[in-house]
Amino acid sequence: MSLPGTAARFPSFRHGIHPAGHKESTAGLAIEHLPLFSHYLLPLGQHIGAPSVPVVSVGDGVIRGQLLAEPGGFVSTGLHAPVTGHVSHIGPRRHPNGHLVPAIEIRADPFADDRPPPPSPTHAAGMDLGDFVKFVQKGGMVGMGGAAFPTHVKYALPPGRRIRRLVVNGAECEPYLSADHRLMLERPEAILRGTAIVAEQLGVEAVYLGIEANKLDALDALERARCGFPDLDVLQLVPLAVKYPQGAEKMLIKAITGLVVPAGKLPLDVETVVNNVGTMAAIADLFDLGKPLLERVVTVAGSGVRRPANMLVPLGTSVRDVLEACGGISEDTSMVIMGGPMMGMPLASLDVPVLKGTSGIIALAAKDVRVSGTYGCVRCGRCLQACANFLNPSRLGRLAAVGRYQEMQKHYLMDCMECGACSYVCPSGIPLVQLFRMSKAEIRNREVAT
Amino acid sequence: MSTVALAAAIMTGLGLSFAIVLAVAFKFLHVPEDPRIAHVEELLPGSNCGACGKPGCRAFAEQVVAGAALPGLCTVTGVEGVQAIADYLGVDAGSTEKRVARLHCAGGAAHARGIAAYEGLRSCAAAALVGAGGKACSWGCLGLADCQVACSFDAIHMNDEGLPVVDIHKCTACGDCVRACPRDLFVIEPFSLKLVVQCRVPLKGDQATALCSVACDGCARCELDAAPGLIHMENNLPVVAPHREGDAGPKATYRCPTGAIQWVEGRQFEAEDAVERPSRRPHALFG
Repeated sequence: MSLPGTAARFPSFRHGIHPAGHKESTAGLAIEHLPLFSHYLLPLGQHIGAPSVPVVSVGDGVIRGQLLAEPGGFVSTGLHAPVTGHVSHIGPRRHPNGHLVPAIEIRADPFADDRPPPPSPTHAAGMDLGDFVKFVQKGGMVGMGGAAFPTHVKYALPPGRRIRRLVVNGAECEPYLSADHRLMLERPEAILRGTAIVAEQLGVEAVYLGIEANKLDALDALERARCGFPDLDVLQLVPLAVKYPQGAEKMLIKAITGLVVPAGKLPLDVETVVNNVGTMAAIADLFDLGKPLLERVVTVAGSGVRRPANMLVPLGTSVRDVLEACGGISEDTSMVIMGGPMMGMPLASLDVPVLKGTSGIIALAAKDVRVSGTYGCVRCGRCLQACANFLNPSRLGRLAAVGRYQEMQKHYLMDCMECGACSYVCPSGIPLVQLFRMSKAEIRNREVAT
Repeated sequence: MSTVALAAAIMTGLGLSFAIVLAVAFKFLHVPEDPRIAHVEELLPGSNCGACGKPGCRAFAEQVVAGAALPGLCTVTGVEGVQAIADYLGVDAGSTEKRVARLHCAGGAAHARGIAAYEGLRSCAAAALVGAGGKACSWGCLGLADCQVACSFDAIHMNDEGLPVVDIHKCTACGDCVRACPRDLFVIEPFSLKLVVQCRVPLKGDQATALCSVACDGCARCELDAAPGLIHMENNLPVVAPHREGDAGPKATYRCPTGAIQWVEGRQFEAEDAVERPSRRPHALFG
């Protein structure tokens, strides 16, 4: 028997960690719009999979929402102009991952008509699944939780397979981030509308929307909004325990349905598809307004930010511009992370664009950044208690340090989702996830070489 | 007393009979082996580095004696050693050209622009995955000494600029550093090829020099100044044609605006050993 108000009341998964939330600085702040900036930069590879292929050339005038690049393969998506202007450059520009990669640069037209165009809805009801998948792909939809996996790929079912459950992910378990929270509070209708479209297309039997229990106001907002969606009577709003990584696909499925996705398998193998609430809202806009993915909500927070905020940011806006719109960063800022602090990437430069998967920009002052030395493994086993995939990070780390990569694969390295829970709890400060990423990269290189 | 004598007799008898069995087995189950294999193996360095592509020095010796490989394939033995093996076996030594590992980057701390400080595992492979290691250039040397760790011959030492200095006398061209470098910057080249392109940036002009002051900006002056056909431009970088060491001269480097192409006599970079911080290397984390 647990006390009311404790985590144990709500369903969850086993293992995991409880990092400090830090969400209070932005959770109460309504989503703001950014002013127009002069340049927008769209890297061609900002999703998982093949880079997009440009269909415009330097000097072309583009209007907001126009297709700039079409999908470069099946696991790839379209890219659209976030603002009206002209293409000023196509070539190598710095990606948030630090590398110089091909990108399309748009110089914005300051005198362009900024009013949203009249909605041009597409009716999803009559579409067959193949057309639906193509439409979503061309609309540039990716998983907006952070991974930026092309959404349409999840809907393209291999023959003979079906999806019975749709799980909408409103967990937002990363510390600092409140973008999904605000979206659920301010646009619950759009989220439910997108959910209804996808649920109908896939013909699912059950729809769940999971929200961590620290956002029960969002749950209320969705509960109030759902009366407008009589088709969604199968929808269940599920409050979840506040625990990291609750928003990971496999953990979410386990918490809500009790199903376990086996090692090396996908949610599809348990007839389930998981989508972020941001993706659902974007799909609603795609069908109801004819608006492809042009902008997203980004949480700007952390001890280095002068004025934390939730911003609706056009894709391609530079991180420097976004931070300056938030009053700039303080002098003692020592690290800026794109995404959440657990899984995001530290930025080497502020002159990089906001991508489709950018859920947050976290600037941390030096006092909040641990750059302590690392010590030897003391075999305490805390990482085993933390790993939600039931891996043995200590052993994997030991193998990674001496380069025994094949053995690591036998210990299910490829099932590691790099959530960072093991690194977080390690009392010796061993950068376990970095070792695993390094090992995965090495394994992939060797596979390519052979 | 007789018990003691009996025990001694039994033990002696047993020992004698086993000795006879072993002697017979040695005589009749003997596997004849070419005595030259052992001798060749002795002449080989015994480092088992794998540069010849065989599982070890013993396997290589077997193949050399069988005539399946030429002694020159072993880059570690050195010219005299290879000749000694060839003379002993009375075979052709094969190619004994001295080859060394060369870094196709000269962007040390003094030249390559840094944009962020990397604080993580002291390993190039790890740094390459985080903000491209904090350097503006996505192609250059990360300077965290994965090659130095990989080198089994102690031939690579990082200098104070963060560039690996290859000791040309110790380098055996085994290729371990080539595999260790996440940016694929090491190339095994004939030592007699002195024209070395020390850059991998595929960009042109200001875009390249904005990253590093010794980057190749793709001006192609070296192509014009070298013997015809010796250098051609590929991906905005000069490529020196193979097997034409005789045609090459330092003239091709004279008009290079950045010094990206160099005439290398001896080692590539100045050697001044860097201060090591071994505690944050991956293999030091698990005691």
